[in-house]
Amino acid sequence: METPIRSSTTGKITGKPEAVIEIEHLCKRFGENVVLNDFNLKVYENENLVVLGKSGSGKSVLIKCIIGLLKPDSGKIIVLGKNIPELDHEDLDKIRTKIGFLFQGNALYDSMTVRENLEFSLRRQWIRLPQTEVDAMVKEALDNVGLPHTVDMMPAELSGGMLKRVALARTLILKPEIILYDEPTTGLDPVTAREIDNLILSLQKKYHTASIIISHDMNCVKNTADRVVLLLDGKCYMEGTYQELEDATDENIKQFFE
Amino acid sequence: MDSIDKIHWAFTDRILEFFKETGHVMRFTGHFFSLGLKPRFEVKELLTQCYLIGYKSLPLIGLTGFIMGLVLTMQLRPSLISYGVESELPVMVGIAIVREIGPVITALIFAGKIGSSIGAELGSMKVTEQIDAMEVSGTNPFKYLVATRVLASTLMLPILTILSDAISLFGAYIGVNIRSVTSIRLFYTQVFDSLSFGDLTPAVIKTFFFGFAVGIVGCYKGYNSSKGTRGVGSSANTAVVLASVLIFIIDLLAVQLTDVLGLN
Repeated sequence: METPIRSSTTGKITGKPEAVIEIEHLCKRFGENVVLNDFNLKVYENENLVVLGKSGSGKSVLIKCIIGLLKPDSGKIIVLGKNIPELDHEDLDKIRTKIGFLFQGNALYDSMTVRENLEFSLRRQWIRLPQTEVDAMVKEALDNVGLPHTVDMMPAELSGGMLKRVALARTLILKPEIILYDEPTTGLDPVTAREIDNLILSLQKKYHTASIIISHDMNCVKNTADRVVLLLDGKCYMEGTYQELEDATDENIKQFFE
Repeated sequence: MDSIDKIHWAFTDRILEFFKETGHVMRFTGHFFSLGLKPRFEVKELLTQCYLIGYKSLPLIGLTGFIMGLVLTMQLRPSLISYGVESELPVMVGIAIVREIGPVITALIFAGKIGSSIGAELGSMKVTEQIDAMEVSGTNPFKYLVATRVLASTLMLPILTILSDAISLFGAYIGVNIRSVTSIRLFYTQVFDSLSFGDLTPAVIKTFFFGFAVGIVGCYKGYNSSKGTRGVGSSANTAVVLASVLIFIIDLLAVQLTDVLGLN
């Protein structure tokens, strides 16, 4: 497997290692509304790819198709060598353990404590895992997001930023190879949003995950993106670094930077 | 003519909607049997649900059962006095409670408490993407949330009905003693002498179906909830209404069946 090449100054990828997600000719419509229309994309190992687009442009639909929550009308979504739309329930569950998903609304189980939220998927994937090991994994996940003291708290007792971090800790606990972030900074104040951006970067460095970050928060895009894809009219309108998009003269692109 | 057309189409739409909804419920029930009963079983969650659905419903079911027995006795007494058969009051009340009123009233109370609770809980989990979160973590939410709740409702309602019947009979005993004096021994002897195996068995068997109906409808409505918080409220509400209607339909079928089988 090709080793990713990282910039010594920024730590960002400068070469193209192996693709972990390959999307070919993806189409998805809801009734008459065509959301994704012949969409193509590749995401490489160790890469933070930001998908930029207006509200309702199909960004969340894209990552929900990748994780198998939505079935595309046509096209291939190859994740870690498996075509997601063709997988049965069991194989889909297996591959999902290698993909983390951070929901826009966090989606923490509100009837469970933080510990139970984190233990939930662990207990289901590794049934015979000893409690000491589970405790260590929960601690590690919460340490990663700087919230070890919240372990016995209920989600209702946490602030918006803390909820986002706990949701991120839950995503990380299964040590996924790919993380899909659905608008990770939406609804957060600029300071907390910046903390989440830094967390995304530090976790990528620590676990070498590939990520797709859905966002229309330009600060988040600037801070986290190795590569940016602009989704417009269901297609990949432009692809490049943040700087390349910022320098573009196309009106459709410029409006995001104004 | 226009308004007649409108009424006609609205009526047709409602009928089509009804059949569509029925189809969806049938498919959901099919999923329960094909997917929900396959290993690996969520035993811990099933026991938790049995505790929440069964044990936590006991005070309400007990209280309503007691009042039901008491009120039924007080209402029946004048009619029986007018026919000069007041002494048959324990027999009458016993048969009524065990065969019909106990199972149906308990199931309706159960539908109100558990059907709405399941509908609202799953509905709220659906609109806050908690069900999706479960799915992406590699857990089958249908097995974890639906199968456990439906099984717990199916298993707990018969137990609650038996307990409710017992408490109702005690309420009836109190009711009998308000206007006259009857020993507890005589009361229960009269009640049990009048009851046979054929009275008790169909009454208990049908409560499994009542419990299943409450569980599956609550889960179906909650699991397919949409339109935000209004959708959650609507899920809880329709779960209770639909489950209550189904309880009466199942009861009607059960009575017909026991009649055909000669168990009456």
